[in-house]
Amino acid sequence: MTAAAIPAAPVRARRPWVVHSILPGFGLSLGITLAYLGAIVVLPLIALALRPWELGLSGVWHELASPRVAKAFRLSFGLSALAALVNAPLGLLIAWTLTRYRFVGRRVLDALVDLPFALPTAVAGIALTAIYAPTGPLGRVAAQFGIKTAYSPLGIFIALVFIGLPFVVRALQPVLQDLDAEVEEAATTLGANAFQRAFRVILPALAPALVSGVSLAFARAVGEYGSVVFIAGNLPGKTEIAPLLIVIKLEQYDYAGAAAVGLAMVAVSFGSLVAINALQLRLAKRGRA
Amino acid sequence: MTTAFPSRRVMLAGAGALGAAPLLGRAALAAPAPITLLNVSYDPTRELYKDINAAFAAYWKGRTGQVLDIKQSHGGSGKQARAVIDGLQADVVTLALAGDIDEIAARAKLLPPNWQSRLPNNSTPYTSTIVFLVRKGNPKGIRDWPDLVKPGVGVITPNPKTSGGARWAYLAAYAYGAKLGGAGPARDYMTKLFKNVPVLGAGARDATTTFAQRNLGDVLLSWENEAFLTLEEFGPNFEIVYPGSSILAEPPVALLDRNVDRRKTRVIATGYLNFLYSPLAQDLVGKHHYRPREKAAVAKYAAAFKQIPLVTIDQAFGGWKKATAAHFADGALFDQIYRPA
Repeated sequence: MTAAAIPAAPVRARRPWVVHSILPGFGLSLGITLAYLGAIVVLPLIALALRPWELGLSGVWHELASPRVAKAFRLSFGLSALAALVNAPLGLLIAWTLTRYRFVGRRVLDALVDLPFALPTAVAGIALTAIYAPTGPLGRVAAQFGIKTAYSPLGIFIALVFIGLPFVVRALQPVLQDLDAEVEEAATTLGANAFQRAFRVILPALAPALVSGVSLAFARAVGEYGSVVFIAGNLPGKTEIAPLLIVIKLEQYDYAGAAAVGLAMVAVSFGSLVAINALQLRLAKRGRA
Repeated sequence: MTTAFPSRRVMLAGAGALGAAPLLGRAALAAPAPITLLNVSYDPTRELYKDINAAFAAYWKGRTGQVLDIKQSHGGSGKQARAVIDGLQADVVTLALAGDIDEIAARAKLLPPNWQSRLPNNSTPYTSTIVFLVRKGNPKGIRDWPDLVKPGVGVITPNPKTSGGARWAYLAAYAYGAKLGGAGPARDYMTKLFKNVPVLGAGARDATTTFAQRNLGDVLLSWENEAFLTLEEFGPNFEIVYPGSSILAEPPVALLDRNVDRRKTRVIATGYLNFLYSPLAQDLVGKHHYRPREKAAVAKYAAAFKQIPLVTIDQAFGGWKKATAAHFADGALFDQIYRPA
């Protein structure tokens, strides 16, 4: 923090490959990091990236240009973004409640937040379907108002909100905990009202964590399969998500086609994560300024 | 306090005896190490093969003295076939569709392409068919295939792309449609039928849950044996309706030559598959609501299975390869039904 206060050198010199650190063990740590990431992340991704091209460029394009794939992508990415955005204010509220107030049962609530992480996704899907199906307790109420919950895009949205919530809450909690109450007190003594405290003091400090939580929730939701297939209804062109399309293609032994859809999903997800990261960096800089 | 000493000695002696027991047991068992056999099967056969495996292990021990440990693996037929292709060391496969075993032969070359002619009856020791499961009292009056396309009837069937059972159901429906006058009417019939399908489950059990527990739809297109299982489980809430005609579903079995030769289990695996045709196993087949092949079992369970005209996939569709290409491949008829007009 103090370093930021010192004006940086006006001419940016060429960035060196490695900034010398007084901590020993750089070579070993980096070696293990690279080997581990290589084996766990990069290798499977390379296998995925190589697979579709046995169809040829036009084959891959043909695979992705079909209206069914386009529709599944719109559904998966659209609903995932929507679910992540809905989780932003609600996750913020939950994180705020859990860190700023002390009350009986707080720890239980805190543990409950993690449940969507821990529950096998199929179990979550079956439980959600039981509740939101036309015969379930909530689904019946919704049906009286003419709203179809399970077996509709709304059902998919509900499942994605469920699995995304912990990402937002858990990203915000440590930042909220570190945010000293003194900062707010200082703002108050300087004449800030509640609105200014929330939007000029607290939110800018939280913004990077909020963005990262929302982007994690989004990324997770895009790939979610287990819980969604139970509640979705899976009708082609209506409630068929992109991961299901991959499973269907595999079921037809169409490995290359499945890989093409998978690769396209990775590309879109990776693109959005990079964009979100850039946004987060800008927010972080503004928060510090 | 004085009693503490002797009682502790008794306890020690007891503990010693307990400790020795497993050692003795292990020494006694060490001689014939059980030989493992892996049967990779599809979803609804779990209960059937549990019984058959126990019966075969007893039979084999009596004949050869070898102790067997038969493992079974269940899942969607296509998924199971992919696992075998990707290297799961199965000795035998017992799947829902011949097409899935064809893929194993074509892609992994674990068995010759003519595998289906190596055992009697197209390598299918038991058969089944597709029937209708309706709610108690049959409130919508569903008797036959034409009733399924009436407005307001909800039909539950899994996605034929992901479920072996659903492929048989789809083909049974199509075979009825084709009798209306060939490809055009059949296509119309299938389009109307799938308009009445509110949910496409991933597998047979999935669809059964949707129908039986979520109370969705009026009729479930089901494996005959699954329909009987649902009756056993949910009792009086449902009824089985036999349509005027259906399809002869032949779930085949096969030995994986390359795997059994590597694992040196060819003799046992061959014995296992032949055992499936024996009177003992055929009786278990009937007990688990599959249609047996062997005479005595057929006679014993004749009353349980209603005899209706059943078309075979070879007669009506020219075999699995043609049926897959015409109906289930990418862009084939099933996809066309769902293409937005």
